[in-house]
Amino acid sequence: MKCTKCGGRAVIDLKRHNSGFCKEHFFEYFENQVRKAIDEFSMFGLRDRILVAVSGGKDSLVLWDVLMRFGYQADGLYIDLGIGEYSSASSQKVRDFVLARQANLRHVSLEQDYGYGVPEAARRLRRAACSPCGLSKRYIFNREALEGSYDVLATGHNLDDEAAVLFGNVLRWNTGYLGRQYPVLEEDPGGLVRKVKPLIRLTERETAAYAVLQGVDYIVEECPKAIGARTTLYKQLLNDLEIQSPGSKQQFLYGFYERGHDSFEASRDVALTPCTECGQPTTREGLCAFCQVRSRLLTVRA
Amino acid sequence: MPASQNSIRVFMTIPQRREWELHGRQSVRKILRQLDLNPEGVIVIHHDTLLTPDEMVENGMEIEVRSAISGGLP
Ligand code: SF4
Ligand SMILES: [Zn+2]
Ligand SMILES: [Zn+2]
Repeated sequence: MKCTKCGGRAVIDLKRHNSGFCKEHFFEYFENQVRKAIDEFSMFGLRDRILVAVSGGKDSLVLWDVLMRFGYQADGLYIDLGIGEYSSASSQKVRDFVLARQANLRHVSLEQDYGYGVPEAARRLRRAACSPCGLSKRYIFNREALEGSYDVLATGHNLDDEAAVLFGNVLRWNTGYLGRQYPVLEEDPGGLVRKVKPLIRLTERETAAYAVLQGVDYIVEECPKAIGARTTLYKQLLNDLEIQSPGSKQQFLYGFYERGHDSFEASRDVALTPCTECGQPTTREGLCAFCQVRSRLLTVRA
Repeated sequence: MPASQNSIRVFMTIPQRREWELHGRQSVRKILRQLDLNPEGVIVIHHDTLLTPDEMVENGMEIEVRSAISGGLP
């Protein structure tokens, strides 16, 4: 296959764009797509301080890499979730990345800083690991962004992640979630940081390809708790559709952003109050959801 | 295990480590079809570059098929 732009040997075929690109023109395409998402949704500017949530996986490291390449002030935030070998290997990838690029990293250890790890929390709460893990990550992302005075928190969610979540939300008609699924979530003066997803115009295959070609060394292994996750099933279904009908995933997702999302967006009329324990915003009286779970975890042990 | 001169060695590391030995010149597309993998969900790595589905693979070559799908809660 030949590069659509220069006729050189293509390293990737992009049926949804009717193109193929050589390495150089793939980088150009990829970076243009990130720029386009940032501009289209007015995500941030060069003066903003950006905190990038990094897991050691391809998407978040590629996002961080590209933002630094563009000259943005982007620091990383890594959370050690205490998931055995997976956590030690992923934290090593992040450390190597930071060292090679002289980047700034905020490092949080769930075990050392908050007193529990994800597997232990799942066991004690008798819940799937992703439940306490998701709660902890959302909490720490917001808290670290506020404490570090960042203007915005960026995550590496890509087109496949967002299309799969959208599919799941439509399948169950989770109208509340549909109203909140958007590439930008504005800040709440009550203490919620602004959140953005600059990779929504790129598929997972494209971010993996960019990582390999650009030499971004990421953790290929999955979190052991992710095996069998429902999102993975939706991604496979959507990829089967994509092969038969290229462009389906982006049509589904962009169409929702353009014509679907607004109908579900409810005004956030619930006021946020500070948690009595940690001061982070919550819709409840007293403890926030995170502090409630954490206090349960720490007392069961005592 | 280095690729032998009279076969193509294909390996994957996730979700499990798997290896195949194939014989004779064939396209990446054909290899993926034999392994029942959707080209939309993987990248095919050879040395430090990527192969598109129409590229031909020959005996003596080693390629990695890497899943691009990550799971879990975002
Ligand atoms: S798969 Fe689940 S447990 Fe693993 S990192 Fe993701 S959310 Fe956490
Ligand atoms: Zn080119
Ligand atoms: Zn709290």
